[in-house]
Amino acid sequence: MNSPGENIAKCDFSFTVNGVPKKALAYPMERLLDVLRNELELTGAKEGCGEGECGSCSILIDGMLVNSCLVPVAQANGASIVTIEGMSAHALMKPLQEAFLECGGAQCGICTPGMILAAVHLLEKKPEPALSDIQEGLAGNLCRCTGYMQIFEAVAKAARQRVAR
Amino acid sequence: MQEHHIVGSSVPRKEGWDKVTGAARYVDDLVLPGMLHGATVRSNIPRGKIRKIAFDPGINWDEFVVVTAKDIPGKNCIVLILDDQPCLAAETVNHAEEPILLLAHPDRHKLRRAVDAVSIEYDVLPPVFSIEESEQRSNIIWGADNTFKKYLIEKGDVDAVWRDAAHIIEGEYFTGAQEQLYIENNGVIAAFEPESGVTVWGSLQCPYYVHKALMALCGLPEDKVRVVQMETGGAFGGKEEYPSMIAGHAALLAIKSGKPVKIIYDRMEDMAATTKRHPSRTRHRTAVSQDGKILGGEIEFTIDGGAYATLSSVVLSRGTIHAGGPYYWPSVRIRTRAVATNFPPHGAFRGFGAPQSLFAMERHMDRIAAVVGISPIEIRRRNFLKPGQTTTTEQTIRENIDLHYLLDRALDLSGYAPKKKRFTEENKTSSRKKGIGIAVFLHGAGFTGSGERYLNSLVGVEATAGGKVRVLVSSAEFGQGTNTVLCQIAAEALGLPYEGVAIAQPDTTVVPNSGPTVASRTAMIVGKLVQSASKGIQQTLTKSGLLADSYTPEQFRSACREYIAAHGALKSYSRFEAPGDVFWDDEKYRGEAYAAYAWAVYVAEVTVDLTTYSVTVDDFVALQEVGKVLNPVLAAGQITGGVAQGIGFALYEKVVWHNGRMLNNQMTNYIMPASMDLPPIRVFFEELGNVHGAHGAKGIGELPMDGPAPAIVNAVEDATGIRFRSIPLLSEDVFEALQSESVKQDAASLPGVTA
Repeated sequence: MNSPGENIAKCDFSFTVNGVPKKALAYPMERLLDVLRNELELTGAKEGCGEGECGSCSILIDGMLVNSCLVPVAQANGASIVTIEGMSAHALMKPLQEAFLECGGAQCGICTPGMILAAVHLLEKKPEPALSDIQEGLAGNLCRCTGYMQIFEAVAKAARQRVAR
Repeated sequence: MQEHHIVGSSVPRKEGWDKVTGAARYVDDLVLPGMLHGATVRSNIPRGKIRKIAFDPGINWDEFVVVTAKDIPGKNCIVLILDDQPCLAAETVNHAEEPILLLAHPDRHKLRRAVDAVSIEYDVLPPVFSIEESEQRSNIIWGADNTFKKYLIEKGDVDAVWRDAAHIIEGEYFTGAQEQLYIENNGVIAAFEPESGVTVWGSLQCPYYVHKALMALCGLPEDKVRVVQMETGGAFGGKEEYPSMIAGHAALLAIKSGKPVKIIYDRMEDMAATTKRHPSRTRHRTAVSQDGKILGGEIEFTIDGGAYATLSSVVLSRGTIHAGGPYYWPSVRIRTRAVATNFPPHGAFRGFGAPQSLFAMERHMDRIAAVVGISPIEIRRRNFLKPGQTTTTEQTIRENIDLHYLLDRALDLSGYAPKKKRFTEENKTSSRKKGIGIAVFLHGAGFTGSGERYLNSLVGVEATAGGKVRVLVSSAEFGQGTNTVLCQIAAEALGLPYEGVAIAQPDTTVVPNSGPTVASRTAMIVGKLVQSASKGIQQTLTKSGLLADSYTPEQFRSACREYIAAHGALKSYSRFEAPGDVFWDDEKYRGEAYAAYAWAVYVAEVTVDLTTYSVTVDDFVALQEVGKVLNPVLAAGQITGGVAQGIGFALYEKVVWHNGRMLNNQMTNYIMPASMDLPPIRVFFEELGNVHGAHGAKGIGELPMDGPAPAIVNAVEDATGIRFRSIPLLSEDVFEALQSESVKQDAASLPGVTA
């Protein structure tokens, strides 16, 4: 838990979250992850390590995949933020979610929202990834349950299905 | 009822959709009205007497709820086995990070500063930081002799075997602490109402362990404590006993403040303060015949339990029973001990003592092979346990296991022989040395010996008027597939579709005590009870004339509706019954240690780069016999995940201690395998019949933790010729060994005394 300096007054911040304009009252150095989870009640992004290692708090800011535990809310002012909750209409989501379920890509599920966002981000850039692309694309997302094999399989399967259509 | 095959098919995970959409609710996702945040003030010294607790006057303490040991309404201990661990240290501290004082405040940002503003003065006492220091007993830190537990297994006459031995082979092996590193940190919320008592929602494995601990701590009767398991983001043993501590802390703050209190550890606190795998030391002295047959031996296995007893006695027990591996010992003496140090208590972690003693056994087998002058394959073949033979505890193997066949198949799948040949050739000219190693091992399913009898687990199944079936167990889902396989078993037993069966959220006011979710017992023990409770529902309906022997789901539904209209509810319970012929002697540690064993052969292929000193695993074959595979996708996921943790245990995960505190308590510098660090992990199952579990299933969860480390280090020796005997084996260790001209020959062969 960071101590964002409670001597500095809370400020108003505004951004687009999952396509909807939102405001939040927060300490400027408060982590975006905490603002999303506590103020905006979007709990799909999870805290795993609090230092940008595990990727469980992955979100998209202006289309970039970022660890929201490393972003002070002030830095996201005016940005367009997408969390797992705002992804349901994305064309890659359903194939990925179904492949994760079929292949066993989710076990305890705590890394899964971040993992799926990273996979979407990867498949947008590389619709037909080789195994090494998948390994590299998910290198910022740690999973302790699966040993990754079934996650790789799920991402490859979703990519194949998407290309086949 | 028609034959249908839900069991054995890869139906999707019950709670899977919630997990892939981000909708699954973990404890930190839950907010209660008026909730405070709690934090823990901990000792920063390993051992001493608390002299004074001072509060910085710069903080307005009136805003905070403060709890010390004096506020505990019941007994100041975390009830588990020996009840020696306080919930809050009152007079003395025995390890760094020991909880002393609790704080709560509505704004969690203010808590960190307040924690830092509490200063504690101590009279420092000398600490103990190693198994050897603890054994010397010049400094007694626990009980009369620093010993939590010891066991002695004696089979045959070991003292007679040395005389006839062609070779006497000694070896000493070490394993380090390992962090479970579930991605979701530990956390709970507690609430208190005078009428209803304490309720705790948490990330945990064993709801009834927490329930029992809270009753004693809070001085409350059974019906005034309620424990609810939230979705749990990984556990691996790390949420077996420590949640009782955190739940206790949150409950004390909730009782004092009258408000709900949430305590969520951050990663640094979780890694520094909670349990890890027990470090171990194993000594082997083995008498072997000219042709490589084990005649007998002595095994000394010692684990570092840390400052309090917690689960060390049972971890030691499992390590003790597995110490002889899957081999036939005509005689053996196994002496084992769990000793106290001033580290934070070590605890449950997947494998529970077996990965430690099996690492030693499987490294030692390669050592024996080298001394005898035969291959690592051949030495194992000559000593494999066969059906009809007895284990070290004199349990007769009744399973139809053929380790020769498993070994042949694993060698074939891994391409062992051609690779071995190729590596020998290529290594002559390459600075990237390749090697291949194997490990053969077993893992007992369920509680040890009479453990399941004491647990006396109870399982329920209920049906609603709408024909929906619900499984009632305290067995928790934390990724391993509990929800899914138990629903599969119930659906199969009742002839219903998988979708027609649900499982209740573990809540001690709703589910009976089906025991803790540990020890690879859920599929085998609890699964069997779910099967019989499901059959109970069916029998109730058929006996009451509402259901024919063969029926459709629609007929089942109307039978439920009619039964409930007449009788109010339709529930069936099933309690564990120990098979009558099981013999176990807790004193002599002799008899049927486990109802069933899973068996495995793992093959690791590695490259040791002599320029960078890095070790990489290039290929990994995991072949196992776990009885009936209930859900192939979930089962394979257990194996790949366990192997990945085993690779971490062998090559990456080092806990660095300084004055009893973990220095690298971050994911940045405690390195677990990431997506680019792992080889293809190729998983294969053999299925043999097993009479004990539902449909013949045996335990699977812990097995894959046992084999990777010895297989990998055996492969590293194959590549380099260096007899590494400690894990984790990091690049710097490889560097050091290669630098020193004369590598320490740790396990010297003594000249045999010819008969």
